[in-house]
Amino acid sequence: MITAAEIKEKYVRNHPSPFCPGCGGGMVLNAMSRAVERSDVEKEDIVAVSGIGCAAWIPSPHWRVDTLHTTHGRAIPFASGVKIANRDLEVMVVSGDGDCAGIGGNHLLHGARNNIDLNVLMVNNGLYAMTGGQVAPTTEHGERTLTTPHGNPASSFEVAEVVKAAGASHVARWTTYHMKELIAEVEKAMETDGFSFIEIMTQCPTRKGKKQGMDGIDMLAWYKENTSKDKESDKMFVGTLCDVEKPELVGSIYRQIDELGGV
Amino acid sequence: MTKKIIKIDRDLCKGCGICIEYCPKDVLVGSDDLNRYDNHFPEVLCAQRCILCRRCELYCPDFAIEVEG
Repeated sequence: MITAAEIKEKYVRNHPSPFCPGCGGGMVLNAMSRAVERSDVEKEDIVAVSGIGCAAWIPSPHWRVDTLHTTHGRAIPFASGVKIANRDLEVMVVSGDGDCAGIGGNHLLHGARNNIDLNVLMVNNGLYAMTGGQVAPTTEHGERTLTTPHGNPASSFEVAEVVKAAGASHVARWTTYHMKELIAEVEKAMETDGFSFIEIMTQCPTRKGKKQGMDGIDMLAWYKENTSKDKESDKMFVGTLCDVEKPELVGSIYRQIDELGGV
Repeated sequence: MTKKIIKIDRDLCKGCGICIEYCPKDVLVGSDDLNRYDNHFPEVLCAQRCILCRRCELYCPDFAIEVEG
């Protein structure tokens, strides 16, 4: 078994990271690294694409793989280009909720509809943390943020359900409290031939926690108490939402090219 | 019984306290000293109490803890 020191040596660079104390970003980095180590994929074959935001800093520059740090919300289109140009690469998109579901919401929907073989990890902390903690599409109703000091008047977006409805092959939701399950899910996402989407609920002790009087420890405890692996429960469901086989975009494109006799 | 060693890189620690809180056997405690970023890093209270669950390794956001044993 690989040790924590070897994981750090092999997959992590530029530490200490700029993440706040208690931030879940480092935990997501740990989970991704361990999932790659457990899978058959070599880290030289991985391209990590990120947009803008706190979560975009997880792979770039802290993950020791090839990375692309792109424009706000446009991580999925860039990643699609990488995958179509070289289908042997394993493309990971690490994006925040504001980046993935807010600014780049339409790209997310069409990535899922195309069912292109990407692994999208949406790190959901429920607000735009890097810019000061403004309200995001994933902020819960009634939650206080910098721009909604009296509580969010709007409702939040069930991103995992939307992506499932848009046609993704594999959709799951976990939190940073469920580290072992998250590692197994990322490994499963890499094996899936199609669009894999994992919503990772993550604590933001600085922008969100301070408004609610919670620190990183309290927020992890909140995830423990308010999530359930039972779909019938009233609590937030964590687990695999769907895992189906569907025609995949890049494979279909290359099959058409072969049928037509090459480019 | 193998010897259990818990290595803590004190200068990587940001003092969030997650490792101390989530250790099921209360092996770690917060130190009175400060590291170079003025954070109270964890210290090992009793390494032999450790059950090698490696939760601290998984939960540390800053890769500051390694458990050997």
